[in-house]
Amino acid sequence: MVKMDSSEAIYNGLKDAGIDFIVSVPCVNLTRILNMIDEDEDIIHIPVTREEEGIGLCAGAFLGGKKTAILMQNSGLGNSINALKSLTELYEMPLLMIMSHRGTEGENICGQVPMGISTPRILSAMDYQFFKPGTPEGAYEDIKNSWEISQESGKPVSVLLEIKYW
Amino acid sequence: MKRRDAIAKIMESIDNELIVCNIGFPSRELYDLNDRPENFYMIGSMGLASSIGLGLALSQPEKDIVVIDGDGALLMNMGSLVTINACKAKNLTWIVINNGAYGSTGNQETYAKDLNLSEIAGSVGFKSYDFNEINLKEKIKDDKCNFISFECEAGNSTAPIIDLKPTAIKKRFMDIL
Repeated sequence: MVKMDSSEAIYNGLKDAGIDFIVSVPCVNLTRILNMIDEDEDIIHIPVTREEEGIGLCAGAFLGGKKTAILMQNSGLGNSINALKSLTELYEMPLLMIMSHRGTEGENICGQVPMGISTPRILSAMDYQFFKPGTPEGAYEDIKNSWEISQESGKPVSVLLEIKYW
Repeated sequence: MKRRDAIAKIMESIDNELIVCNIGFPSRELYDLNDRPENFYMIGSMGLASSIGLGLALSQPEKDIVVIDGDGALLMNMGSLVTINACKAKNLTWIVINNGAYGSTGNQETYAKDLNLSEIAGSVGFKSYDFNEINLKEKIKDDKCNFISFECEAGNSTAPIIDLKPTAIKKRFMDIL
């Protein structure tokens, strides 16, 4: 396999999963991947004002036949919990959530730490499967497989990308 | 006029359009008035009808999408105004029934009772209208992303709870696409 860098691995994983509709709220660590998605004419990319709004867009796009993903900071998980439960999960819609997991080892902004520590536990409490790949190769595999896992379970599947991943 | 009659007025202009309807009594009243597979009833996630409608409009550009929203729900997701306006989805018509109340929770007043919602939408960039001054069918068909405010009085009908499972609502909706 050709060696991929951290952003290429995410992009290739999304492409090979067939993702063609992406919503985002930016994180500095997602800058390159967001640019790559913007340049891809086969992917509809809609920046949103708040992550919860993005969960709504993904639900509508899934109804319309798209394979959907949200790219955001883990802080956005907190802004999305009710929509994930009362929309995505209630109607059993698949969704791929790619999160820049801030507040992890190497974080230099203290405000990111409380949510960063709680993020995996929140996902566990929601009964949502998540992956924490440590390498680009691992991230590629996890992202590529996550759509299908999500479709089978009828619940969102997350990929958490810690600071040291980049 | 109360919400149920407002929805009945809206439905006079609907043929094969896809509808996304706000949670609670709005969906119950639509279900009671005119149930059809093209209706997506929200059972949870207040505020997101317009966002669901936008995702649908962008992924089904050949279909006309009508969102039946409420003032309380709009206030909960004001960011949707700027996102939808920026996307200029030509096949999306966003109707907000403004009865100045959180109807489904007991008609508590909303801050929208004293707001001109179509003026607010217009200031963001929408083509915006008052329902009583337009022909809805023309606006649905005019290839513009329109915002329509429909002023009415607070009050719920006796429409029953929707007896479809959420997954059944989803399945029959997707089956016709």
